[in-house]
Amino acid sequence: MEILVLIKQVPLDSNVGVDPKTGVIKRENAETKLNPYDLFALETALRLKELAGGIVTVLTMGPPQAEAAIREAFAMGADAGYLLTDRAFAGSDVLATSYALSQAIKAIGAFDLVVCGKQTTDGDTAQVGSECSEFLGVPCLANVQTIEVIDPGAVTLVYDAGNSFIRATVQLPVLISVDKDICQPRLPSWNRMQASKGRVVKKITLDDLADKNRSHYGLDGSPTQVVRIFPPEHETTTELWDDGDLASRLFSFLQEKKFLQELA
Amino acid sequence: MAYGTITQEDMDILTTLVEDPSRVHSLQDIHEDYFHDELHTVSHAPDVLVEAVSTEEVAAVVRFAAQRRLPITPRGQGTGLVGGAVALEGGIMLSLQKMNRILELDEKNMTLTVQPGVLLMEIAEYLAPTGFFYPPDPGEKSATIGGNISTNAGGMRAVKYGVTRDYVRALEAVLPSGQVVEIGGKIAKNSSGYSIKDLLIGSEGTLGIITEAVLKLIPQPKTTVSMLIPFAGLDAAIKAVPELLKSRFTPTAVEFMQREVIEAASEYLGRPFPDSSADAYLLVSCDGPSRASVDEALHEMAEKALACGAIDALIADTPERQAAVWSARGTFLEAIKASTSMIDECDVVVPRDQIAQFIAFSYEVGASFALRLMSFGHAGDGNLHIYALRDDLDEASWQEKIDAVFSRMYQRAYEIGGKVSGEHGIGFAKKEFLCNEESPETMEIMRAIKRAVDPQNIMNPGKIV
Repeated sequence: MEILVLIKQVPLDSNVGVDPKTGVIKRENAETKLNPYDLFALETALRLKELAGGIVTVLTMGPPQAEAAIREAFAMGADAGYLLTDRAFAGSDVLATSYALSQAIKAIGAFDLVVCGKQTTDGDTAQVGSECSEFLGVPCLANVQTIEVIDPGAVTLVYDAGNSFIRATVQLPVLISVDKDICQPRLPSWNRMQASKGRVVKKITLDDLADKNRSHYGLDGSPTQVVRIFPPEHETTTELWDDGDLASRLFSFLQEKKFLQELA
Repeated sequence: MAYGTITQEDMDILTTLVEDPSRVHSLQDIHEDYFHDELHTVSHAPDVLVEAVSTEEVAAVVRFAAQRRLPITPRGQGTGLVGGAVALEGGIMLSLQKMNRILELDEKNMTLTVQPGVLLMEIAEYLAPTGFFYPPDPGEKSATIGGNISTNAGGMRAVKYGVTRDYVRALEAVLPSGQVVEIGGKIAKNSSGYSIKDLLIGSEGTLGIITEAVLKLIPQPKTTVSMLIPFAGLDAAIKAVPELLKSRFTPTAVEFMQREVIEAASEYLGRPFPDSSADAYLLVSCDGPSRASVDEALHEMAEKALACGAIDALIADTPERQAAVWSARGTFLEAIKASTSMIDECDVVVPRDQIAQFIAFSYEVGASFALRLMSFGHAGDGNLHIYALRDDLDEASWQEKIDAVFSRMYQRAYEIGGKVSGEHGIGFAKKEFLCNEESPETMEIMRAIKRAVDPQNIMNPGKIV
C-alpha cells in the first residue's frame, strides 16, 4: 500500500502574536515544529502500514528549512519525503497551495491513500485536504474518527458528519483528513533519527510539475486577497458570586455558555 | 498537662480576634475535608476553624491559644500525604488559604515575596511572563507555598535545582507564643549563627506558622525538552541514571516509571501513553538558554542511555508531546488512587544506586504479605513513591499489612543509607517510623528543639516528634 501524508512546518508556539499595527506575524521566536494535527495523520499512516504493509511517504511545501519537518517524520517512521519548494510558490493561498500540492502528488506517483491532518495551527483553514482531493479527482472524507478495515482495494472508516457519525467503505484511492485524537502519535525516535540521517529528501520545484504555468501558483494563483491580519481579541472578565443558590446558578451559566448540554 | 477545651466563651473571643467574625467556624460548619488531608487514613475534627487573612490575625489567634493552652493546627490546601495538617487533638485549625497574595517581585534582588496561601501554580503563572523562575516543582501544583516550605517539598526538578529549602531567602513566622519573628533576608549568604530559617523549613508547623516568605528566583530557562527512554527492565533503567548524571549537562529531572503505573494513568486519563514498547522508562528533561544548547545536552544523554542498554530515546520536544508524556506522569498518584479503595504511601529516599534493589525488595515484601504495591519516583535523587493499595482488605488486615510491610521497607532503607521521607514529611503517619529508624540522640535533639520553641506543645501537636 502506498500512503502519502501531507505535512506542514508551523511556528513552535501556537499562540503566535500579530503586530496590531502592521498586521505582520511576529516571528522573533523562529522555532518551528511539525503541525500538531499532522502528527495524527502521520501516526494513522504508520499504523496502516504496520497493518497492511507498504510505504509511507511525506510531502510538504515550504522554504528549504521545511526539510526539518520531513526529517522529523523520518524520525517517527516515514520511509520517504519530498519537499515542494520554489520561489514561484511564495504567497500561495489555500487554493494555490492545494493546487501545487496536487501537482506534486501527481509528479511523485500513484497513491492508494492520501492522509491529512484536520487543519494547521497557523492557517487554520482546514481546506487544503479537500481542495487537493478535487484537483486529484479522488474522493475526500474529512473528520475521520477511526479506520476499521483496510483492504488492498478499499478502506472502511467512521467519520464525523456533524450531526451523525457515518461508517463508510470507500474504494481506493481516497484522500482522508483525520480528526485530532484518532490515535496517540508516537514520539520521534533517536534511533530512527540516526538511521535516516543520510536519507535524501527529494526536492520538487516548478520545473518538476506537469503544469508549469507560473500564474497558477504563488500570489498570482491566489484569488484570496488578505485585507488585514489582526490578533483575535481576548477578554477576560471575573464575576464574583457570593450569595444565593450558587450550584444552580453555575449550572445555568455553564448551560447558557454551551459548556453543558442535555444528552439526547 | 492537658489541653484546654474550647468553650462558647472561647468561640466568642476568637470572633473578636479576626476582622470578620464569619471567618470563625464552629464544628457543625466545618466541611469534612478539613478533618483529613490527602492521606485519608489519618482523620480528626478540629473544634473550630479560623480563616486568617493577616499576620496580625494569626498572631492574635496563636497568642490566645497559648493563653488557653489550646492545640492549634495550621493548614494550607490540605494536600499533604502524612496527616500533617490534621487536628489530632482537636482545638483550633488555622487556615492560611486566604492569605494568598503575591506581595512583591524584587527584580534586582531576584526575589518574590508571598503570603503562605499562594498556590504553587499561581506562582508559576505569575512568573511566566516576567522572565524569572521559581524552580521547585512538586507534583501537587494546587498545594500552598506555606505547605511546601513546611514540608521542604522537593519535586521533579530537584536533580538540577534542589528543593524548596534552597529557594527560601527569608521567612516571617508566628511562634507558639504568638510572637512574630522575621528570619533571614534578601541576602544570598548568611553565616550569622544558627539557621533558624532552615529549622522552620520542614518543621511542618510544629515550631511556628509561616506568614510570609521571600523566595529566591533564577532567570527562566528558555527551552525545555524531555526524552522518554525505554528500557527492558527497571534494573537497566536505574543503572543508567548515574551515567546520565555524569553528563556535562545536569538534567532538570530524571523520573522512572513502569508499565503498570503508566497503564493505570492511561486508563485514568482515557488517553494512551505515547509508547508502550517497554516495561520501564526513564523520563529525562533538560533545560537551557537555547534550543541548540538543550539539543546538545539531549544528544549526550541519548548516547549515554543507549550505551547503557536503552532500547531507544524518544523525543518530546513540543508542548503537545511534552503534555502527552508529563500529563501521564502528573496523574500517577491520582491514577493509583482511582485504581483501589485506599492507599498509603512510602516516600522513602535512598542513595541513587540503590533504587532498583530497594524497589525489588519492596515488591518482594509486599508479595509476601499479599499487599499490592505500585511505585514511581525521582530516579535522579533517589526519592521513591511506593504506594500500598488496600483493594478489598478489611480495616484490621490493611493496617496490619501496611505496618508490617512499611516497617520492613523503612528498616531496609536505613540499612542502605536512606531516610523515611524525601519530600512529603513525617506528619503523624511516619512518626513511628522516624522514631524507630533515627538514632535516639537525633530524636532527642529534635524533641529538645520542640520543647524550647513550644514548651506548651500547642503547635501542631502529635506531629514529627
